[in-house]
Amino acid sequence: MNYSQGSEIVSNASTRKRGFPNPLQWIGAASLGLFSEVGRLFIFFLKVMATAFTPRWYVAQVWKQMVNIGFYSLPVVGLSAVFIGAALALNIYEGGSRYGAEQFVPSIVVLGITRELGATITGLMLAGRVSAGISAEIGAMRVTEQIDALETLSASPFRYLYAPRFLAAIIALPLLVLVADIIGIMGGWLVSVYALDFDSTTYIRNTMDFLTNNDVIVGLIKAVVFGAVIATMGCYQGDRSEAGATGVGRAATLAMVGAAVLVLATNYIMSTLFVEIGL
Amino acid sequence: MTTPILRLENVKKSFGQKHVLKGVDLEVQRGESLVVLGGSGSGKSVMLKNALGLMTPNDGKIFFDGEDVTKSTGKTRAKMRERIGMLFQSGALFDSLTVWENVSFRLLQADRMRRKDAKERAIETLKKVRLGPDVADLYPAEISGGMQKRVSLARSIISKPDLIFFDEPTTGLDPITADAINDLIIEQVRSLGAAAVSITHDMASARKIANNIAMLYEGKIIWHGPADIIDNSGNDYVDQFVHGRADGPIQPAI
Ligand SMILES: Nc1ncnc2c1ncn2[C@@H]1O[C@H](COP(=O)(O)OP(=O)(O)O)[C@@H](O)[C@H]1O
Ligand SMILES: [Mg+2]
Repeated sequence: MNYSQGSEIVSNASTRKRGFPNPLQWIGAASLGLFSEVGRLFIFFLKVMATAFTPRWYVAQVWKQMVNIGFYSLPVVGLSAVFIGAALALNIYEGGSRYGAEQFVPSIVVLGITRELGATITGLMLAGRVSAGISAEIGAMRVTEQIDALETLSASPFRYLYAPRFLAAIIALPLLVLVADIIGIMGGWLVSVYALDFDSTTYIRNTMDFLTNNDVIVGLIKAVVFGAVIATMGCYQGDRSEAGATGVGRAATLAMVGAAVLVLATNYIMSTLFVEIGL
Repeated sequence: MTTPILRLENVKKSFGQKHVLKGVDLEVQRGESLVVLGGSGSGKSVMLKNALGLMTPNDGKIFFDGEDVTKSTGKTRAKMRERIGMLFQSGALFDSLTVWENVSFRLLQADRMRRKDAKERAIETLKKVRLGPDVADLYPAEISGGMQKRVSLARSIISKPDLIFFDEPTTGLDPITADAINDLIIEQVRSLGAAAVSITHDMASARKIANNIAMLYEGKIIWHGPADIIDNSGNDYVDQFVHGRADGPIQPAI
């Protein structure tokens, strides 16, 4: 077997013996593993941040990644948003009609989309499309020694590869979320007007009257955090990728799953926080 | 005696329970061409990566031009890397960049040379490895394996290093292409006056490019001597390797 990579994989000395594992021992080893994994990810994140916010910036690389992360995600984000908005309107109508509260459809749709779903859906879709893509790309570079080659040519992979992806993601995500917000609200409007017999003008007026700046801002703050999560997870898993096609595939899967879970977890934490401080 | 350009002193490297380097001692003199022999998986690449600072040894010291660089970072490390070229086992060309951007990567990124000048330098260097200007604008995926190795060689010599590492430069090439690569390595190393450390398990290639030969076995350098006495080394391990016999003190790695 030929491991041609610079990252040093220290296999966790397994305390498990053959046969049925002692459950306490197993839980202990698993949680130790989880803690050290979270620690490594966090240190990696700090390093990416530190590089991203200090010169020098590879502007061409950032731009290239913006196009890749932002522009090429538009179709998937737009399609997801229109369906979520439409389904949301239907359900709110169904629930509201039980109390004769159908008139709340526009206001709850706009609130749900801007404060929660626009950002979450964008985050989840990009966890798949972007996080997995980044980790596969960087993983392939790792196992073909391209990352080592960068270092020997005095270009830090953090500066040349990871920071541009990080910056591109935290810029592109808010823009995508804005698009998702608009299209999601439109999805709700479409269903309301064409299937639920709402008056179009009244629907739009109700939406506008209800919407506050804070609702939009909340979604955008979330988007920045999701962008950081998605780019960091992709770069981290790619950087650690083990040799061979299976190693790179595994890195992509881990990045996608990890980013999706972290998107949902940070979303919940932020929602709690924003309600708490009245944003 | 002058200071060696590179010296490894009792370098140890393990991955978990796996001890790959168990105390490597090695000296490379200026202008010398040293070939390191060793079986697959014996830790040859790991040794180079430690020397380059791509991995940090668990123990031992690495000196570059007399300076301890074992744990150096930032500017000191960058300065050392400026003087070292590396030809990776897999070529390691950046597949999102064209051939000329690969060759002049250091000039473009670290030295911030203007693209026009960098391209000129790249084409000049490509000529040294017998590649015409027509390949300059191609991508690595569009050229053959032998050509990729040449491009890689061009990238490692463009900033005129004092020391070049070659990690299995001929592995995976047909004998004729391999021989051409050997010739190019000899020619370029000579014209730069650089020292070269080449890793190989190809004896024909070793005989051709080496002044001195060292053999890595079980994590240590077990033999180190002039290339012309390799057939009479008096070492059973070296003998077995040189003659490619399955029986002897070395167990085949299968
Ligand atoms: N990054 C790494 N993580 C874990 N093990 C590694 C790593 N790099 C190399 N190894 C192990 O070290 C040994 C030597 O590898 P290497 O130096 O690539 O061999 P070779 O002599 O063929 O170049 C192999 O057994 C390999 O499994
Ligand atoms: Mg090797």
